[in-house]
Amino acid sequence: MEKRVTFKGWLLPLLLIAPQVIISAIFFFYPAGQAIWQSLFIPDPFGLSMQYVGLGNFEYLLSDPYYRTSFLTTAIFSTLVTLCSMIPALFLAVVADRLIKGAGVYRTMLIWPYAVAPAIAGVLWLFMFNTRVGVVSWYLGHLGYDWNHVLNGGEAMGLVVVASAWGRISYNFLFFFAALQAIPKSVIEAAAIDGARFWRRFWTIVLPLLSPTTFFLLVVNIVYAFFETFGVIHTITSGGPQQSTTILVYKVFSDGFVGQDLGSSAAQSVILLVVVGALTVFQFKFVERRVHY
Amino acid sequence: MTHRSDPPPGMVEKRGAGLWLSHVMMICGVLIVFFPIWLAFVASTVTQPEIVQPPMPLWPGDQFFNNYREALLSGVNVPVATMLLNSLIMAMGIAIGKIIISLLSAFAIVYFKFPGKMIFFWLIFLTLMLPVEVRIVPTYEVIAGFGMLNSYGGLILPLIASATATFLFRQFFMTVPDELAEAARVDGASPMRFFWDILFPMSRTNIAALFVILFIYGWNQYLWPLLITTDPEMNTIVMGIKQMFPSGDDVANWPVIMATSILAMIPPVIVVISMQKLFVRGLVDSEK
Repeated sequence: MEKRVTFKGWLLPLLLIAPQVIISAIFFFYPAGQAIWQSLFIPDPFGLSMQYVGLGNFEYLLSDPYYRTSFLTTAIFSTLVTLCSMIPALFLAVVADRLIKGAGVYRTMLIWPYAVAPAIAGVLWLFMFNTRVGVVSWYLGHLGYDWNHVLNGGEAMGLVVVASAWGRISYNFLFFFAALQAIPKSVIEAAAIDGARFWRRFWTIVLPLLSPTTFFLLVVNIVYAFFETFGVIHTITSGGPQQSTTILVYKVFSDGFVGQDLGSSAAQSVILLVVVGALTVFQFKFVERRVHY
Repeated sequence: MTHRSDPPPGMVEKRGAGLWLSHVMMICGVLIVFFPIWLAFVASTVTQPEIVQPPMPLWPGDQFFNNYREALLSGVNVPVATMLLNSLIMAMGIAIGKIIISLLSAFAIVYFKFPGKMIFFWLIFLTLMLPVEVRIVPTYEVIAGFGMLNSYGGLILPLIASATATFLFRQFFMTVPDELAEAARVDGASPMRFFWDILFPMSRTNIAALFVILFIYGWNQYLWPLLITTDPEMNTIVMGIKQMFPSGDDVANWPVIMATSILAMIPPVIVVISMQKLFVRGLVDSEK
């Protein structure tokens, strides 16, 4: 794609593009290059010299049971976050779509948890389930269930999943609702006149027409669960108990900044880089289809 | 399963009992989504003893002004007012900085032919792929090397080094009719004159929509401020809340922490609600 009409000169455009190029070079390309470079070395314990180990850091990581567990944890976590945020959002969007009056009001009321930072969402849910003062854990205790996410890995995972999915419902609702509103009413009415009941219409017409949006949201939510939920995990569990909620991004942080294991942390960054790259390519493939709904 | 014997239902929109059921379901959904925030608000208006003796009340108490005054003016480590100001500077810096550099570079890419143009374009495009979370350790070293720890520059600059906005403005500029640039050239207007008098005013809606998204993005940052602001005076409010929890077995000051949580949500929520149309538009645009 090129503009037919362009201005003359080469100095001005270089000046115009310079701020972006300089900032990207210093704060993006150089650090990304460093991550790749450092992943090939092991620093000595005093940080004075670096020993070249080739792909040693990667080999070590992939055979490290903790890292493998973290991969599995991330897979479980992002699957659950995606499901727990998309299914309620789709349900609410379908119900709201059938209302003529009030749908806009509900949309306004459902939109704004999107603005709540993941870290704040973490604090809110931590407060509700706090083992000492939490309201929900107190009522659970009275029902005979002893809630303790500080000791129980499964409960810790459940809590970070719900806290991460909560704010995301708004976002997914917005996209599902817009997609539903874009389905021509005549298609639905034609099916209704032919005698198709709600569920049949939903499975055979609405859901297939929503599939581009659904694919798009799947990818976006997985990316969200991978990278943007750090705040939730750091505020609620700090990766524990026994690393049961240590997702990959959290491990980059804890190995790199808390454990000071720079080679391993850099190698983990590079692996994540590959994961993001794959997800981005995947997303771009589906973007083309999404535009048509 | 086709129920052909039934009369045509024609109930694409619900009526009667079904309509009420739909409203009840929506209200339940809204209430469930709303509950954590309600609880935080209630906790920010009661006294500490009321919270540490569970169950806490579910209706606001009378300590609203006391708790918020304590949070804003003294906080736990640092007054929340200071953290609010830091967050505001960071969010505005990221939003405005990113919009300015993106407008300029998109203008250069679309309206000029210059050596190396495609290389620059693809280099910028590459930055779309890597969130700051992935390159934290080396980026931290760069910032430390520049002596930019605990500075606004250190908070802002690494987060504007991505090209989402550039890409959006490029897409928009491509849809601007060629005749406008042609006319400007015939009239002898300089490129910058064309940019200021024609292109910039035409982009206003896109700029505003992007501003909403970037402001929230900047305000809600957690990991980056956590790493580079070791001085409590430079903490942003979103990352500062975690620092308000005591480390040992001490009981957290819940009313003040919850008041801080509410204060931390207010600015982005106001932005979302008051600019809802722009927000939805920005969200849809920036994900394309």
